[in-house]
Amino acid sequence: MADIKKHRSDTKMVPMPTYSIVPERDVNEIPVLETRHLGIEFGGLKAVDDFNLTIGKTEIAGLIGPNGAGKTTVFNLLTKVYEPTSGAVLVNGKDLHGMSIVQASRLGIARTFQNIRLFDKMTVEENVRIGLHNQIRYDMFTGILRLPRYWKQEKYQHERAMELLDIFGMQDLADEQSGSLPYGAQRRLEIVRALATDPKLLLLDEPAAGMNPHETEELMENIAKIRDRFQIAILLIEHDMSLVMGVCEGICVLNFGKIIAKGTADEIQANPAVIEAYLGKRKEAEA
Amino acid sequence: MTKAKRKRLIYNLVTYALVIAAYIILQNMIGAKTISRSLKGLLVPICAWIIMAVSLNLVIGFSGELSLGHAGFMSIGAYTGAIISGWLLAAFDMQDPTLRLVLAIAGGGIVAGIFGVLIGIPVLRLRGDYLAIVTLAFGEIIRNLVNVLYVGTADGQLHFAFLNKKLPADVTMLVDGAKGAVKIKPISTFTVGFVLVMITLIVVLNLVNSRAGRAIQATRDNRIAAESMGVSVTKYKMMAFVTAAVLAGMAGALYGLNSSTVVPTQFTFNQSINVLVFVVLGGLGNVLGSVISATFLTVLPEVLREFADYRMLVYAVVLILVMIFTNNPLIRSVFGRAVAPVKGLFRGKKNSVSGGEA
Amino acid sequence: MIFLDHLINGLSLGSIYAIIALGYTMVYGIAKMLNFAHGDVIMIGAYIAFCGLQYWGIPPVLAILLAMVFCTLLGVTIEGFAYRPLRQATSLAVLITAIGMSYLLQNIALMIWGANPKSFPTTFINGSNIRIGQLNISSATLITIVANIVIMVTLTLFTSKAKLGKAMRCVSEDRGAAELMGINVNRTISLTFAIGSALAAVAGVLLCSSYPILQPTTGSMPGIKAFTAAVFGGIGSIPGAMLGGILLGVIEIFGKAYISTELGDAIVFAVLIIVLLVKPAGLLGKPMREKV
Repeated sequence: MADIKKHRSDTKMVPMPTYSIVPERDVNEIPVLETRHLGIEFGGLKAVDDFNLTIGKTEIAGLIGPNGAGKTTVFNLLTKVYEPTSGAVLVNGKDLHGMSIVQASRLGIARTFQNIRLFDKMTVEENVRIGLHNQIRYDMFTGILRLPRYWKQEKYQHERAMELLDIFGMQDLADEQSGSLPYGAQRRLEIVRALATDPKLLLLDEPAAGMNPHETEELMENIAKIRDRFQIAILLIEHDMSLVMGVCEGICVLNFGKIIAKGTADEIQANPAVIEAYLGKRKEAEA
Repeated sequence: MTKAKRKRLIYNLVTYALVIAAYIILQNMIGAKTISRSLKGLLVPICAWIIMAVSLNLVIGFSGELSLGHAGFMSIGAYTGAIISGWLLAAFDMQDPTLRLVLAIAGGGIVAGIFGVLIGIPVLRLRGDYLAIVTLAFGEIIRNLVNVLYVGTADGQLHFAFLNKKLPADVTMLVDGAKGAVKIKPISTFTVGFVLVMITLIVVLNLVNSRAGRAIQATRDNRIAAESMGVSVTKYKMMAFVTAAVLAGMAGALYGLNSSTVVPTQFTFNQSINVLVFVVLGGLGNVLGSVISATFLTVLPEVLREFADYRMLVYAVVLILVMIFTNNPLIRSVFGRAVAPVKGLFRGKKNSVSGGEA
Repeated sequence: MIFLDHLINGLSLGSIYAIIALGYTMVYGIAKMLNFAHGDVIMIGAYIAFCGLQYWGIPPVLAILLAMVFCTLLGVTIEGFAYRPLRQATSLAVLITAIGMSYLLQNIALMIWGANPKSFPTTFINGSNIRIGQLNISSATLITIVANIVIMVTLTLFTSKAKLGKAMRCVSEDRGAAELMGINVNRTISLTFAIGSALAAVAGVLLCSSYPILQPTTGSMPGIKAFTAAVFGGIGSIPGAMLGGILLGVIEIFGKAYISTELGDAIVFAVLIIVLLVKPAGLLGKPMREKV
């Protein structure tokens, strides 16, 4: 915990274009994600409007806001589940315009889901293997005829899956049916599965939901660990403020589909607009 | 080797061993002439229905889509097989029945596969109930079309006509509209049927435990998540659908060449439902279950005349009860608790039925 | 003149499809399931009316009412016993159950009434033919079309004005929210099945008045085609069911008349496939979005 706090205080946020900030260490790299005036309308209602966000190559960023602010909709726009009605999404400088969910994934975006979406009837290891789907290659006939390539690739896949499961110490659960895991383990498995796709940007949708404080703290350490080890950027949606303030370098606050504030944890906590829209109410409730 | 892998290996070996053992026993009974005539006549149909059930299970159990037109692919295979076999005999005087049979089965599989692709492209853009009803529609369209198809052979050439019988006068008729494929020389053998069942099992069981097979199952469990992991859902649904179509086409050729005529009314929607009952009773995603239930439900009406009369009624009740018992959380948990001690007895371990509830 | 004859026949057949399609579209809109057994409820309704007219000699109106009451009870029973336990299950499981239910009804009818086709008495409805110029319209046709219009108008009024009708629309929009608002979802779904099944009885009598051959499989093909009509018009939409049903009836009759008699069914199914590919929401339906 102390480690992470220190980590954050080391970070200096630098303006990139006028409207965005990234950590100082990422300034010389292409930002992993850049959205420009991103928006989507559902039948006249602007669910997300003029959403501009830049995320540095190894940044841990947070997306917060009250319920219904449009946070998950942003994730759906970034992963091409929805086609935006305005604006653009750039991943590593490449425009996602017209791409499918699958193509976006191949560019290096991986996500977890708010309402867990595991492959319930498959084992834990098989779930991770689906994440590794595009990193091993052999065709259908190699698989049916069990040619040498099949055995080689399967062995590699198994080892890699075990390595990834080890991040959360889940190797022992490899043979369990994923749908029968406890809630917290399911959330962790979703993260492992997303990591298996070898992403450049990992989107976590409420990773701590349903976890106890101890589990949340563990998760927080693991999020920092994942970033350090894989050198990737992480964007997370979370309601647990201790997690967001503890691990996120840049934070973006969304309300009614619009960004109302952006900055470091300290800046956000001091921002009157945020306090009014969101944190103020929360503090009262806690008091 | 992990626990899950070992379990799977044992399951696969048991499946193969059971089929091989059944074949050896039945062959010995045929050799010793201790097999009844009616059972002997059933051997090839049993093989065909096993292939139908296992291939449909690939679509329903593993890719999670309800296909109601599987009999359509079987009829394509049966007709193609009859045409190829009749043509090879008439045009090339190919007397070797086994070679003709093998070529006919291959042809049936290929043509059914082509139709699988053509039908799959539009069908697999749809989901759920719509997909099911469109496969039903295609099954009926196929039946309608073969009903007005006329094929004859003359001078080594095949002549096709559609809607009306405008064929040269000297042709030997192979397919005669609503009368179906006529004057077939029955050439199917139990051995070829057995080999085809083994091929089907190898294809399906190996496919399921490979990269492609896992992708197919991922699209069943959660479409959006599978896409987010970079798995092309359409590609893998298509793979399952077309593989099943090819296998059904081969089963159709085997089945069609077992009798002297094939008529369009043999491959109605009812027949698709028959196969669906095999799959549901054997268990969705359970290949061994499909093999056993297809065998059992093909033999039972022949042995038990009383059952034959109420066959469809029993099937209907089976469909409803199996679905309610496997899908209602309350009934399943009560049932699970009742079965758990028995399961535990076999495993010799503490039961894990209630362990996973969140 | 032949063209007009075909058109009238098409309208008559289409009206029957429309009434059946209503049952599908309401159940699909509210319970989110394809009630495959709906076509067979039609067949049962026709058999009950047949028994009333032929064996018990009760007046036609009473026979039809009896059939409606019986089908209503049947529909509600089917829903309660077979579909309600599967409310949380996948659509695959529900559809397989519905197919099983369809076969169950067919085989029960087979046991009770036998496989031999019964000739449905049509004298009560075929009183006199109406002549407009050279055009000859049978009273059965006329009654069918009028019945269709009356049912459509009544149902539209019911769902937009009556409290229960509004509840039905709520459940179809958002089941969870409707439950929170104090709407009894199970009872609303039962009501939907009741209305759909009562209409199925009417459709059964009308169908057998125009095509008087009654056997256990009588309902299955019109059932599937009426579902096609419901999809064509936009599933969940009452005017859509009417439009889709009538268009499909006309297409079928014209297809049989001008293209090929044998391919009549194939043409209808081709329409279904084309509609689903080009405009999956149907002519008057709303597109649906999956929540992620």
